[in-house]
Amino acid sequence: MSALKVKVTAVEQVAEQIKHFTMVAEDGSPLPYFSGGSHVVVSMDIDGRTHRNAYSLMGPTNDNSAYQIAVRKQEKSRGGSVFMHEKVEPGTLLEISMPTNLFSIHRLAKKHILVAGGIGITPFLSQITDLNRLGHDYELHYAYRSAEHAAFRKEIEALCGDKAFFYPENETGRLNITELLSKQPLGSHVYVCGPDPMVNGLELIASELGWPETSVHSEKFLAPATGAPFTVSLLQSNTEVVVPGDLSMLEAMEEAGIDAPYLCRGGACGRCEVEVVECDGDLVHHDEYLSDAERVAANKILPCVSRANCSRMVINL
Amino acid sequence: MNMAFNEETFRGDFTFRNSPESVRRFPYPFEEDEYMYSVNIEQHTSGEPGSVFEHPIDVDEHYVAECKERAIVLSEDHTRCVALPHMMDAQWDTLELVMTSLSESYPSEFQLTIDGDKWHWVNKPLDIEDHFVFGDVSTLPMEPFEYVMRQVQGDWVIMDQRDDDLYADMGMVTGQADWSVAFDAGMSFKEWHAPVPHAPEMGIFDRALKYLLHLQYGSPVRRTNWRMCVNPRLDTSSETYDVWGTDNVSATKENAGDKVFLRVELQALFRLPRSNAIAFSIRTYMVSLADLATYPRWAKRLNRVLRSLHPDLAEYKGLNSFKQPVLDWLEPLDDGAFLEKGVHPE
Repeated sequence: MSALKVKVTAVEQVAEQIKHFTMVAEDGSPLPYFSGGSHVVVSMDIDGRTHRNAYSLMGPTNDNSAYQIAVRKQEKSRGGSVFMHEKVEPGTLLEISMPTNLFSIHRLAKKHILVAGGIGITPFLSQITDLNRLGHDYELHYAYRSAEHAAFRKEIEALCGDKAFFYPENETGRLNITELLSKQPLGSHVYVCGPDPMVNGLELIASELGWPETSVHSEKFLAPATGAPFTVSLLQSNTEVVVPGDLSMLEAMEEAGIDAPYLCRGGACGRCEVEVVECDGDLVHHDEYLSDAERVAANKILPCVSRANCSRMVINL
Repeated sequence: MNMAFNEETFRGDFTFRNSPESVRRFPYPFEEDEYMYSVNIEQHTSGEPGSVFEHPIDVDEHYVAECKERAIVLSEDHTRCVALPHMMDAQWDTLELVMTSLSESYPSEFQLTIDGDKWHWVNKPLDIEDHFVFGDVSTLPMEPFEYVMRQVQGDWVIMDQRDDDLYADMGMVTGQADWSVAFDAGMSFKEWHAPVPHAPEMGIFDRALKYLLHLQYGSPVRRTNWRMCVNPRLDTSSETYDVWGTDNVSATKENAGDKVFLRVELQALFRLPRSNAIAFSIRTYMVSLADLATYPRWAKRLNRVLRSLHPDLAEYKGLNSFKQPVLDWLEPLDDGAFLEKGVHPE
């Protein structure tokens, strides 16, 4: 998988627990352009282990001199966001993946409704620059806990003008999603990125209101679940890998030098899907990708977030 | 390197020809003596110097003549160039892909100078030089997709990604194997491929679509496809079937060597950066049976592939009206010797 070597040039605390990072190509060359909603996977060397987290590119999408990401320090971090907050400073060299878009705007939408919760604002910042440039109709609804958590509010006001609406929970209460989705014209698409309950709630409400599934777009990056250790036997590579309790299957395989495919590392895209040939226990799925039927069949797994309660699993990789 | 370009035609007197070097680099498609569809997708990484895989976009001795042929087709029927309105970002992406690739691969023939959004493009083989503002359509003589497509070989279809599907929303198709971009415009991936026999029930399009939806910027992929034709006619489109359809009954055992061509499509897929669309290039290489037979293993294997080909595939590939003369021509060249796996010539 092709990668980019970058150098961090600026780190700024922009809100409670949120830092904003600016990075340029290490050799000073232009970076690839990207489409709004794209993310990159940042590789971090944490105590000799390579840790990879996906972060949305904030744009603007017409700037290929630097990439911008924002990272919220997670209370229950497995190390990635803490590393970004505590170890990364101007001058730090990092390796990132090429931009990938699993949350792009639908170019035939009549209107775009963007709904952000907290740090979930980041993919919309790049989407907005595309929507502005293309002259599409849109509204941005940004909910956050309180004024101290309102990262990038000024930038958003400048970019969106009267198309942006803000919902500090401690002042206005929660954003009423039912009301918001009830009054949109046919042909609208809604995009949501935020905490799990917000994303799940919006999807449920949209479905109840009769929104077509293909008009509802969401992005949430799940952190891999921890659990009991187990052994994975790889058929094609003819090797065995022990998955420790605090690493995902994918991470454990990467540690062992296996070049396993992945894109989102968050159980959303399905790129890392692998066939389970044998398992002497139960698969524990944490992804958003496999269908109920596939879960019942118990012969596929997304190793980026899912694992098993077993002693040994055989996969076709 | 200064490239030499053939003066040749793909219609009328059919003066198209391959130099010996061009025959040697022909992307022969058959690894084994039998052929069936597969998702034969591989990384489009740089191949051996001189091969058609050396550069992301191959330019060869037919470049100038193929661009002229495209201009003729467009002057007769401009519906071969389709670009739906939401594809403007993809138009510029495609222009960037072609210009950066050609100028990096063939710096003596093509030069691109970028100063912010001010671009300067020099195409020496076609004697074109333009200054324009990237993103400003009014600074080019025509829309960016058509502009750049008139300067590159092969047909191109640009697919918009939405609803977990790929839609053929833009295309420049003037050298196609019996299909029509005006007919297919706006179709989903499976609609577009619906006429292919047996592939859907083999799950090929499900797998290919899933794979392509995850195609990454910077990691293009490729595959080959093939068919045969009588006369080196690039424009065998549905629109002009009345013009070329009768060619198919003009092949005989005696003339097949010079008149019948193996026609291979090198298909490459590139993720585009600004639009998140996918550029699908279909580059056609043609070689006469006589030229092909300068490498005996290629002729022997073609004989075996055609004899064992599933009848539905022969029908779909339009081979039925001239398959017999081709087999009659090939048979004396095949001594039945064992051929090792692989597409390489002797």
